[in-house]
Amino acid sequence: METRTQTDKTVDLTKEKVRTPSFDVSSLAGQGDPMLAQNPVMIDVRGLHVYYGDFLAVKNVDMPIRQNEITSLIGPSGCGKSTVLRCFNRMNDLIETARVEGVIEYHGVNLYGDSVDPVEVRRRVGMVFQKPNPFPKPIYDNIAFGPRIAGWNGKMDDLVEESLRRAALWDEVKDKLHESAYALSGGQQQRLCIARAIATSPDVVLMDEPCSALDPIATLKIEELMLDLKKDYTIIIVTHNMQQAARVSDRTAFFSVDVSERGRTGYLVEFARTQDIFTKPEKKQTEDYITGRFG
Amino acid sequence: MAVTSAPTAEVLVRRSLSAKKRDVRGRVFEAVLILTLLVSMAVLVVLLLDVALDSRSVWGERTLGNFLTSQLSADPATAGIRQALVGSLILMIFTAAIAFPLGISAAIFLEEYAEDNRFARIVNANIRNLAGVPSIVYGLLGLALFVKILGGITGPEVEGRSVISGGLTLGLLVLPIVIITSVEALRAVPNSIREGAFGVGATKWQMIRHHVLPVAAPGILTGTILSLGRAFGEAAPLLLVGGITTFFQSGDATPVEQLRGRFSAMPVLVFRWASLPQAGFRALTAALIVVMLVALLLINATAIYLRNRFEKEL
Amino acid sequence: MTTEALTPENVERLLSGSPRRRSKERAIRWFFWTASATSILITLAIVLSLVGEAWTFISQADPSSLWEIGWFPRRGLFDVKTIVAGTLLVAGIAMLVAGPLGLGTAMYLSEYARPSIRRVVKPTLELLAGIPSVVLGYFALTFITPDLLKRIFGNQVAGFNLLAAGIGVGILTIPLVASITEDALRAVPRSLREASYGLGASRMSTSIRVVFPAAVSGVVASLIIAVSRAIGETMVVAIAAGATGGSLFSLNVLQPGQTMTAAMTALAIGSDRVRGADNAFQSLFFVGLLLFLVTLFLNVISERFVRRVRQKY
Repeated sequence: METRTQTDKTVDLTKEKVRTPSFDVSSLAGQGDPMLAQNPVMIDVRGLHVYYGDFLAVKNVDMPIRQNEITSLIGPSGCGKSTVLRCFNRMNDLIETARVEGVIEYHGVNLYGDSVDPVEVRRRVGMVFQKPNPFPKPIYDNIAFGPRIAGWNGKMDDLVEESLRRAALWDEVKDKLHESAYALSGGQQQRLCIARAIATSPDVVLMDEPCSALDPIATLKIEELMLDLKKDYTIIIVTHNMQQAARVSDRTAFFSVDVSERGRTGYLVEFARTQDIFTKPEKKQTEDYITGRFG
Repeated sequence: MAVTSAPTAEVLVRRSLSAKKRDVRGRVFEAVLILTLLVSMAVLVVLLLDVALDSRSVWGERTLGNFLTSQLSADPATAGIRQALVGSLILMIFTAAIAFPLGISAAIFLEEYAEDNRFARIVNANIRNLAGVPSIVYGLLGLALFVKILGGITGPEVEGRSVISGGLTLGLLVLPIVIITSVEALRAVPNSIREGAFGVGATKWQMIRHHVLPVAAPGILTGTILSLGRAFGEAAPLLLVGGITTFFQSGDATPVEQLRGRFSAMPVLVFRWASLPQAGFRALTAALIVVMLVALLLINATAIYLRNRFEKEL
Repeated sequence: MTTEALTPENVERLLSGSPRRRSKERAIRWFFWTASATSILITLAIVLSLVGEAWTFISQADPSSLWEIGWFPRRGLFDVKTIVAGTLLVAGIAMLVAGPLGLGTAMYLSEYARPSIRRVVKPTLELLAGIPSVVLGYFALTFITPDLLKRIFGNQVAGFNLLAAGIGVGILTIPLVASITEDALRAVPRSLREASYGLGASRMSTSIRVVFPAAVSGVVASLIIAVSRAIGETMVVAIAAGATGGSLFSLNVLQPGQTMTAAMTALAIGSDRVRGADNAFQSLFFVGLLLFLVTLFLNVISERFVRRVRQKY
């Protein structure tokens, strides 16, 4: 079999016998990292079911998410990966009919326990959305809002600078901090949203297809940023781009979907190290998806 | 018999594609539509011209300042609109003070807080119906509530027929309009902004105060000021709660006494003057209408100006 | 950096947040709830104030006085059919004016007009919509009657008459009909028009046979709303139709007459004579209740039609 180079990324669906992913897996993140297995569990998902009204949208998810790793959620559209992501900061609370069963343990506390305040959760579990959504305010205020409402009383200028540096945006915006964030490019806006998310010093950052609205160069920058950020944060990313999952994540959760008359119910097929998912998946379903036979 | 040559195919095609075979009925139809449109526009022009021409004699004899500041009077040569001007101004302030906070708050609840439950549906349907209630019915409400029941508070000296009663009545009248326009302005705020604010740990109120309201403000402001324009032109409810048109003195009264005293307003005065038989009052009425229309134009221009300014700041 | 780090000891406390913040949020929500509940109170207040006095009126009035002679409340004559007839006449005349003009304008704006024309016509219509009704009353009294009606009908027409008032009310409702109808016409999907043109239909037949039937619910809604508005319109009639003292039953629109609304103002401006207890005062509320119920009925129906448009597209 001819070796595939990194530039050759076209998927040839006619060659069914090719069982390897259509892109280079030799540089998969986390490969050969002996520490990987030892990272402690940060968010432990056990028996998660999500309902919209009385309709089951996602069923039976078990998934230990480890500290300082990037965990990616992949799968065909409608498989509920974004729904699952939005459970981690209780964003689903905003949908009236949404109901969650099961346990999501964060630092040993069930996020859906009675005493938990979703506002507190969101201050510790930051989120970056699919489309860049900076506030229609100056760049500075975009960053400062989160810490300010959390009652932070340090030096705001320093915090803004640090957050922007951390998001690799400082050099581009340091002279226009008081100009509208809407003047930035899409990629810059998304990095601003990342800076905004980490300004409240969360320990988890959720990213819901953060690059789907960006061009390839901006995407690359965000991916580099993620790899850099995982030293300090636990990152969970939903992506429809398998290459992206392979490039950045340490572990991958593959979701699939049952289609019935009443709608689509997503479920977790396989959760493993990214390199395993992409090179030796245990389930046939995963393999079919990875190799491009489905989805 | 068959001498005439049949037209060639080319000629036939050309003939059928050319518009020469005029669609007479289509033209007539379009002309009728244009006519209706022109008549609708012309009505406005004729109305404005009529009023302007009728008012000429007033501006020839008196200054604008004299007309605005002279007292109400039965003598057309000296009558001015002072009390009506002041009355309308105070009424507007009252209307705004009632309808704006209440209306915007209700809109915030309906758009940001309310779940899709029975209460919200009832309130929504109720507000749409309130917006369709004739203004004179609000006058009856004002008469029953503010004049008769609360008269001791709103105007003990004048049996409740005070400027406070008038202002409260107009406030209730425009409340549904304020709510509806504010709800629309709030609905136009993209949901991604709300998600962004929740995402960094904002409470609902923090989200609304810092992100939704600033974005919705221009729309809310424009809608509320335009609703003031509506209140400004209303006469019927004021007639019922006792807006008057004859001379009255309010010179030495304290502000509170004035608010609980008798009042007039510009549209009420138009009504009164228009039905007076003396020749001079026709021109006066027209002059008063000119003043009203200019004031309305100013109100609307303010709304547009504020909207543009706010939008630039964003 | 900004928030206290989580440890096994403090995690439950920190994640449970501040009870004070939560009660503050609840208080704010309650405040806004109260504001929106006020709107229901207003409706209740309207209904209660109308029903109470109206009931007193009905129970005390001599039944024969409600259906005979004419509307002279200060003389104890409350012939309801007089003012109802006046109301229907004025609303009918108004619709004869606003219907064709409003529908035609809307049809032209939606199907024929270039954007540059729309840019001129729409603000002009808005301007017309913003003209206070007292101004239309003045216009009806000082222009429509002497300069228009007198030229057509000569001395048959009185200085105060229902026809001028009806025309004035009609002018007032043109923008209403035009804007709602135009919205309905424009809501008809483009594909429907293209299909019609594709079959070789002219613009006229597309407008009349395809677009108009598709939008007919919205058009009906606009007309119903306009009728409701015309019935509730007060000042034009109060200024231009005269008969402030009352009127005999008549269907002659060239003579003075009264509508329900004008009858109410006529009662009210004799302000010092209308006092709490007498029949005339209470008849005000009786007529008001009638008016409220009729307009409510029309508004509810029009809403049905509007909803039908929304469901379709």
